Amino acid sequence: MYTHLRRFFTIALIAATCVFNLPARADEPTQHDAGKVAQAVNEEEHKIEHKLEEHEAKFDIGSMIMHHIADSHEWEFSHGVALPLPVILYSEDRGIEVFSSSNFHNEHHEYNGYHLVHGESEQIVPVDESRKVYDFSITKNVASMLLSAVILILVFTSIASWYKNSKGKAPKGFNSAMEVIILFIRDEVVKPNVGPKYEKYLPYLLTLFFFILINNIMGLLPGSANLTGNIAVTMTLAVLTFIVVHLNANGNYYKHLVKPTGVPVPLLLIMIPVEIVGVFMKPFSLMVRLFANITAGHIILLSLFGLIFIFQSVVIAPVISLFALFLNFIEIMVAFIQAFIFTLLSSMYIGSAIEEHSHADHGH
Amino acid sequence: MSLLTPNPGLIFWMLVVFLLVVFILAKFAWKPILKGLKDRENEIQGALDLAEKTRAEMAQLKSDNEKLIAEANAIRDQILRDAKDAADRTIAESKDKAAVEGQKMIESARETIRNEQAVAVSKIRKEVATLSLEIAEKVLHRELQDKAAQEKLIADLASSARLN
Repeated sequence: MYTHLRRFFTIALIAATCVFNLPARADEPTQHDAGKVAQAVNEEEHKIEHKLEEHEAKFDIGSMIMHHIADSHEWEFSHGVALPLPVILYSEDRGIEVFSSSNFHNEHHEYNGYHLVHGESEQIVPVDESRKVYDFSITKNVASMLLSAVILILVFTSIASWYKNSKGKAPKGFNSAMEVIILFIRDEVVKPNVGPKYEKYLPYLLTLFFFILINNIMGLLPGSANLTGNIAVTMTLAVLTFIVVHLNANGNYYKHLVKPTGVPVPLLLIMIPVEIVGVFMKPFSLMVRLFANITAGHIILLSLFGLIFIFQSVVIAPVISLFALFLNFIEIMVAFIQAFIFTLLSSMYIGSAIEEHSHADHGH
Repeated sequence: MSLLTPNPGLIFWMLVVFLLVVFILAKFAWKPILKGLKDRENEIQGALDLAEKTRAEMAQLKSDNEKLIAEANAIRDQILRDAKDAADRTIAESKDKAAVEGQKMIESARETIRNEQAVAVSKIRKEVATLSLEIAEKVLHRELQDKAAQEKLIADLASSARLN
């Protein structure tokens, strides 16, 4: 069983590497054969050197954690086993450039006039510092996101096809499990908070919930990306909710911002700024909450695992492993809770913005 | 701090991918799923409503039946009671009539007896008187034939009267 799995993964890795390397090879067809052997030898040497260095160097828990939390231009499954991902760069002078991140596997981490900087997070900077370059690479996070998007689409379209094909039948198995969650989101989260016009927002909120949930859970798998613990992702989600709220908000909502009911006129000087800050605090809190919860969970887990390497003791390692197991369960719970909270608060913000009566819930 | 600086590339991909997921799922997943759920809910609700209605109808029928049975029972009881009353009355009437009739008969019998008795007594009286007269006549007749005895008697009577 294990050997089968390993063989499967090896093949999958090789296949994926080939696919991702294609654009790079298109750039340099002549270099390909001769360069490959040399590169491989070089890489091996580099690796050995690297290992030696690492052995001598003290274990640095901080950088280990940062390395695991941060985004990367390759998908490292375990030490030395990494899937190179495509680098996509845009600059005004060169236009769009696409090549494999494995091209940075040389001594100076340099390729085609770009330098891959390993700091707290990876960054691609042009060697010529006067140039400005935009990095649209398929990083580990983007790859993980694409994977989760594919999973979501496959899972839910297959469930949807079941509804189309077997009308009037009782739900079974996985369908009923998903149905429970969908119904929970619809009846307990969206319906009571958004109000009577909830059906319009249901697709967005359901997608939001399942997208966050699946990425939270995928983030817990070893070697996976920390997508929902990335501030760019949570920011995008929060901004989307903000846009949905403010595109659909009615007159009452906007009137309430500039003229809160029952507030004496002198107080308006204070109230209006407070209200306006409140408008932006809502998405900000959404962004920070999800980011901080998921990142904190990852940091705690990684710290625990780091302790094993710091103590290097047979006695302490199992204890810490047990504790890490326990925390993993908590993290699974957090994965659900955070997805739920993000959806719940989004529903509440939408609900308070589209409410017909002026005694709107402030929702702070 | 790098953790807190959003990467523009990731934001771009996130927007593209997430919006695509939202649109694809909304069109091909949520719409049929939510519709299916709603249809099923309506079906279940309809079935429940129907069951409720049927149950109400059944209850109505049952109570109607019970009412009918109760009415029938009441009527039957009434009829039985009436019949019994009628029978009782008839019996009582008959008894009374019979008693009255009997009494009457007894009375008339007594009357007849009395009359008969009276007649008989008067006849016997008459007979006895006649007979006594005849006997007295015969006795007198025979006594008066003996003149000496008559005179002796008278003397006796006169002597005894003096003694008194």
